[in-house]
Amino acid sequence: MIELENVSYGYGSGELLTEMSLKLAPGSFHFLTGPSGAGKTTFLKLLYAELMPSAGQVIAFGNDVRSMTRDDIALLRRRVGVVHQDCQFLDHLSLAENVALPLTVADREIDTRELIELLAWVGLKAQMDSLPPALSGGERQRAALARAVIMAPDVILADEPTGNVDWEMSLKLLTLLVELNRMGKTIVIATHDMNLIRSAKAQVAARVLRIKGRRLHLAGADL
Amino acid sequence: MKRYLVLARAFLASDLQSDRVVPPSGFTARLTVFAAAAMAFLAVFALALSFAAGRLSDRWSDALAQSATIRVSAPQDQIDRQVTAVMGVLETTPGIASARQLPPEETQALLAPWFGPDLPVETLPIPALIELVEGGSGFDAEGLRLRLQAEAPGAVLDDHDRWRRPLVAAAGRMKTLATGSLLLIGAAMAAMITLAAQAALAANGQVIRVLRLVGARDVYIARAFVRRFTLRAAGGAAVGAALAMIAVALIPAGDDAGGFLTGLSFEGGEWIWPVLLPLMAAGVAFAATRAAALRALKGLM
Repeated sequence: MIELENVSYGYGSGELLTEMSLKLAPGSFHFLTGPSGAGKTTFLKLLYAELMPSAGQVIAFGNDVRSMTRDDIALLRRRVGVVHQDCQFLDHLSLAENVALPLTVADREIDTRELIELLAWVGLKAQMDSLPPALSGGERQRAALARAVIMAPDVILADEPTGNVDWEMSLKLLTLLVELNRMGKTIVIATHDMNLIRSAKAQVAARVLRIKGRRLHLAGADL
Repeated sequence: MKRYLVLARAFLASDLQSDRVVPPSGFTARLTVFAAAAMAFLAVFALALSFAAGRLSDRWSDALAQSATIRVSAPQDQIDRQVTAVMGVLETTPGIASARQLPPEETQALLAPWFGPDLPVETLPIPALIELVEGGSGFDAEGLRLRLQAEAPGAVLDDHDRWRRPLVAAAGRMKTLATGSLLLIGAAMAAMITLAAQAALAANGQVIRVLRLVGARDVYIARAFVRRFTLRAAGGAAVGAALAMIAVALIPAGDDAGGFLTGLSFEGGEWIWPVLLPLMAAGVAFAATRAAALRALKGLM
């Protein structure tokens, strides 16, 4: 689905990530851990082609991202849902319109009934007409998740999705992601929250990856 | 043609949802509308100037190119003999359709406006004037001058070329200036709309990043901006052009004595050009905004 072959990435002269290799199999569940500044967000950005590797190859759905045109990258992002920690929205559009934005930009028809069902699934049906600035941190995270899945993507990438919410909301978000994984979606969650990883491992066969010393390691029993 | 009509229809009827993804921007909107209106207003006057200069140039060329005058200045007792000699020369000169001596009353009438009613013009020693009209391919002015010099030393040929040429050249230059002004106005409008579009794109950086993140293609994002600026430019230009057309129509119509200023207007089919200005403004805005948007988007992944 998405494959990294000896991928390195550097800012300027320094290298942040070195020779990383990974295959994201369909339906797999991965956690990505590591200390702050280790490069978790950069790693995720490489997966959805917001950044290009300085060495090695990122193969997304059979294509090298470096050979993709800008239109190809746009199409790739319709197959990869992304939930950012800071959850950026278009503040002049309602929550429902923001969630439906991937459909809008793809010129696809919006099924209002399905949209409401999706908002109900993430517990935001009552807030569907609210503007993003009026939402709480947890509501924004759930809205971002709904937006990430509305195109029924094959892969969902979440960057510290529980970073700004309390434990109860974290578990709720985790439950939603586990449900998506059970539907066959590939999930990658970047987090430094070990309790969240432990909770997830009780529900799903998650693989834990750790970025340490610029390299990617498969984490073991210390979790 | 049909393809362009379909494209134009699709552009105008473009989904409102895609328009809504870009938040309304008051400052750039007002700037674009004002710039387009002002430029269209100026463009209408430049157009009117161009057409007026063209008409003037044609009139001077046509009216004067076909005629010439021979002035016979001689002592009173020799004038008739020299006039007869001149007429004889003209009869045998190829390229002259007709020639006639202006009667004294007609000559005096020409001078009367310059001297006023109190001066008895008939008492003045006025030279005889012979008006000739060119025929066919015209006559050889230099050859005629040489023959006149031999047959009637007091006769001077004035083929109007001496003062017609600089007038026609001046009118031609005015037309060129007006056309150049139109091009400058178009370029200035493109520059202003580009600046306004760039300001709007910079102000909406986060919007563009979110759109890219959720899978929007560059053309989709550009379309939202392009459509907005194109319609604003067309609207502004329509208002500016309409106001200028009214102003031009209100310039008092003059006669020949009114000169150039009263000729600053449109005649017949020329009125179609100011009507087309909003379309041209829309075209300029479309191209300028599209180029600015695609250039700005290239900098983002």
